[in-house]
This record gives sequence, C-alpha cells and structure tokens, in this order.
Amino acid sequence: MDAIEADGLTKYFGELLAVDHVNFHVKKGEFFGLLGPNGAGKTTTIRMLTGIIEPDAGHVLIEGIDITKRPLEAKMKLGCIPEVGNVYQDLSARENLNLVGRFYGLSRRERESRSEELLTLLGLADRADDYVRTFSKGMRQRVSIACAIVHRPPILLLDEPTEGLDVHSRRVIVDLVKKMNAQGCTIILTTHNIEEANRLCQRVCIINKGSIAAIEAPEKLRRAYESIQTVEVAFDKKVDLCSFTSGHISHIEASGDKWRFHTDNPDEAIRDIVKIGDERGLKIISLATMGPTLEDVFVKLTEGGI
Amino acid sequence: MNYPLLLRGALTIARKNMRIYYRKAPVYIFGLLLPTFLFFAFFVGRELDISRYFPGFLAMSLFFTSSSVGPIIVPWEKQAGTFERLLSFPVSVTTIILGDMLAGALFGLLISTVVGVLGIILLGLTVTNIFLLAILFVLGNACFAALGELLSSTGGRTPSNVMMLSSLVRFPLIFISGIFISLSDMTGPGFIIAHFSPLTYLVDGLDASMGQSSVFHWTIDILSLLLFTVLFVFAARRVLRRNLMKGL
Repeated sequence: MDAIEADGLTKYFGELLAVDHVNFHVKKGEFFGLLGPNGAGKTTTIRMLTGIIEPDAGHVLIEGIDITKRPLEAKMKLGCIPEVGNVYQDLSARENLNLVGRFYGLSRRERESRSEELLTLLGLADRADDYVRTFSKGMRQRVSIACAIVHRPPILLLDEPTEGLDVHSRRVIVDLVKKMNAQGCTIILTTHNIEEANRLCQRVCIINKGSIAAIEAPEKLRRAYESIQTVEVAFDKKVDLCSFTSGHISHIEASGDKWRFHTDNPDEAIRDIVKIGDERGLKIISLATMGPTLEDVFVKLTEGGI
Repeated sequence: MNYPLLLRGALTIARKNMRIYYRKAPVYIFGLLLPTFLFFAFFVGRELDISRYFPGFLAMSLFFTSSSVGPIIVPWEKQAGTFERLLSFPVSVTTIILGDMLAGALFGLLISTVVGVLGIILLGLTVTNIFLLAILFVLGNACFAALGELLSSTGGRTPSNVMMLSSLVRFPLIFISGIFISLSDMTGPGFIIAHFSPLTYLVDGLDASMGQSSVFHWTIDILSLLLFTVLFVFAARRVLRRNLMKGL
C-alpha cells in the first residue's frame, strides 16, 4: 500500500480547470517533490491531498483511507504546512503546540514532552512562552513546522515551507525534514526552489497548467533532457554577446561573471566560441561543459506556462 | 461519522476560541456594551416597572452575548491565515461549527447567568420554574450562538464587515420579539412577525419562568428554540461549506 494515491484528481473553480486528471502515487518513506510555475495547480493539488477541498472528480487515498469519505481518520495520518498556514499569533509557541496536540488526541504528558523536545530542537526553547506575534517570520515558520510534526505523522505535506526565510531558519527546517524522512516519514514538498527539490527529493512531479508534465527522479529527468547542454565560459574582459552568433548556440545567459551558452552540440559550440573569441581578442579564463540542471528541465517542460 | 474524533475536535476548537476570542474587543462592544446601552436608553428617565421588563432585558442580554463571539471567529481566522491550517487538522465543517458554537454559547451562558442572578437578587424577583429557566438558558445560548455562526459563515475575511452584517440582522430582531413592547400587548402584523423571531420564544419562556404572563405554552417556546437551533446549524454548515475557501 502506498502512502498517498492520487487518482484522476480534477478541480474546477467556476469555468477554470485548475487541476486536470492528476495521477500519482507516493511510496511510504519517499521524499516527493511537487514543482510547477505559479498558478500551475500545486496548491490546489495539496489542498485536495490534505482534505481541505474536495476534488470534483478522482480520489485521494491516505494509507488506503479515502480522504473524502473518511476525512477525520485520513487527516490523523497527515502533518501539514499549508500555503497560508500561520500559527495562532495570540498564543505562545508552547500553547500552539499544545493546541495541535489536543487535535490529534495526545495525552498531556505527550504534549508537554514533545513540545519541549521540538522547541529545543528548533531553537525556540528560550522564547517558548512568548506570544508568536512577537516572533520573526523565520521563528513563526519554525513554530509552524513544529505544529505539523508534534503528533509524529507518517506523512508530511509541506507547501513552500522555506519560502522567504533566512538562511538559518531554512537550514533548520530542511535538516529536520531530512531527518524525519530518514526515520521513515513520507514527505511531499511543494517548492519553487528547484535546487532544494533537486537535493532533497527522490522523485519530482512537475505540474504545468493543472496537468502533470513529468514525474521522475531528478537525475533521470536531467538525463532525459541531455540535449539541453551548457558551455560555461569566463572571458578576461567584457563581451559583446551579439558577436557570438552560431548555429550551435540556442541562447546565451549571464551567470555571475561567466556566460552560459546553451547548445545541443557542445563540441561544435566550443569550437565556435573559441574561434569567435580569437577573432575578438578575448582570452578564455575558464571553460566547462555542463549537462542540464533540473531548472533547465523545469523551464523546458513548463515553457509558456510561466 | 467518527463521533469521538468529532467531539474531541469540537472541544479543542471551543477551548482555542475561548482562549483567543474571548479577549477580542468586538466581543465586548457588541456583546456587552451594546445591550447595556440599549437597556439604559429604554429605561432611564421613564416610569417603567423594571421587574415587568426584566425577562425581556435578560433575553436581550443573552441574545447579544451568545451571538457576539461566533461572527468574528471565521473571518478573523481567514484574515490571520490560520483558517487553512485549522482545516488541515482532523476536523470537518461540522466540527468547526460545533466548536465555535460551544464557545459562543458558553460566553453567553456565563454573562447571562451573572445578569440573571444579579437582576433576580437586586430586584427581588421570584423564579417560579427554575428548570424551565435553566433549559431556556442552555437552549437560548445554543440557538443564538448558532445564529452567530451562521452570520460568520457568509464568507468575508474582514471581521468588521461581518459584525456589521450581524448588527443588521440582530437589531431588527430585538424590536419585534417582545422586549420593548410586551408580547401580550402586541397586535396585528407585529404579533404575526414576532412568530418568526427565535428571540420571541426566549422572551416568552423567560416570562413564564418568572411568573409573568406568557403568550405561548412553555413547550412551544422550547420546541421553537430547538427548531431554530437545528435550522441555524444546518444553514451554517451549508453556507460555510460553500464559502470555505472564500477569502483564503
């Protein structure tokens, strides 16, 4: 039995088809990423997975339980950070955790011990009894993730959990999520941060315009798009890019102090770059060929959807 | 339906509401100050037998307090961004309505009991049927808390707008329900319209429990309040389901 089975998920908002027959299964213990441009249908999909909204067609099984038919039992197995999932600002961090623990039927002792453990782990122990309204965004998000895992759910759904956070808070949250996954928790992560998805997820699902564009392991996806190659070059002085017209270079973009030449034929592209560089009196400081990044694949798959 | 989970969720929501929303200014303004001002506006400077009108005033106080918590909860949570997280917990729309209702009813029960006990002691009134009074307190608070929940389900995410709508509904009710003009003195269309207000049956029942003349038999008062409660709960459930994502 899979942790999550989403079959034929479809959702309309009026005339707008937000999610169109989305199918995917997430295995137990898997770290699964949901990627897509703004308005692609990621949050609507997550809302259907968490039982916040009902699909117009299709169904979601959470460890075999249909979330539409038995929502309370299915939700007991989930921990969730929704897209708009603030914690109660008029309560302290400890009170928020205590409240969530009550929803999941934890005993008083369990609520107290787990709250203490999580607040310490997330670096909030010294502010545990302060109102959340006095916290920074990063601290609030740490309370939010503590609320999502206080009942130790077997499945965790995170909708943009690190969006807009400082480096420290981002790292604390990512480390915690990785640790939970290593302990067997199934994670579904929605993110705009493709590099984060690449590092964390065993499989990613790319959604575009409400439909699935691809589901695959990040490495396999990259290999499937080997034709998107890049030659990264650093020159000794400023370059007029208009000079670099070649049939083997599809487009050029700046990457810090380097230039990235996109090509489907690195060999010919390098020859052209070297030749044009010679003609313009440019000295090459560094040159490297690179396969497609997950971001390249993402852009390729969602072209026109952003 | 998993009733233990439903009950646990409703109690947890009620506890959360009591902890957070009992401290919000609109609850005190619309739930306590407003009925007090209305009372003074009606009685001060007039030669009225206050003990004759006390059941009506008690009903008005109960009505305003129990229906003042509910309207602010859903819009407040939508505005604060906590509503979506609440929906992700093991709760259903019914759980949320019952939890919100319970918080509103308990607030109303507390305040109306204080007002009732003080009034009875200070005015030297006699309660002729304490059981009827107790049942009316419980049912009345449940009924008007459910009305408050229905008003909050309308979908807005701005508490002040929902409070305005709530005043628009609540104010006319106090003028057609036998508070300022006794039900037995009402005639014609006014008396017919009074039948459609749940507050009428509370006022009439309180009259009966305090030895005043009542228009309906007390069983009619209780059944009517029960019917209105069920009606408000089902309507709130339907409206909130429809507007669940509105304003998120």
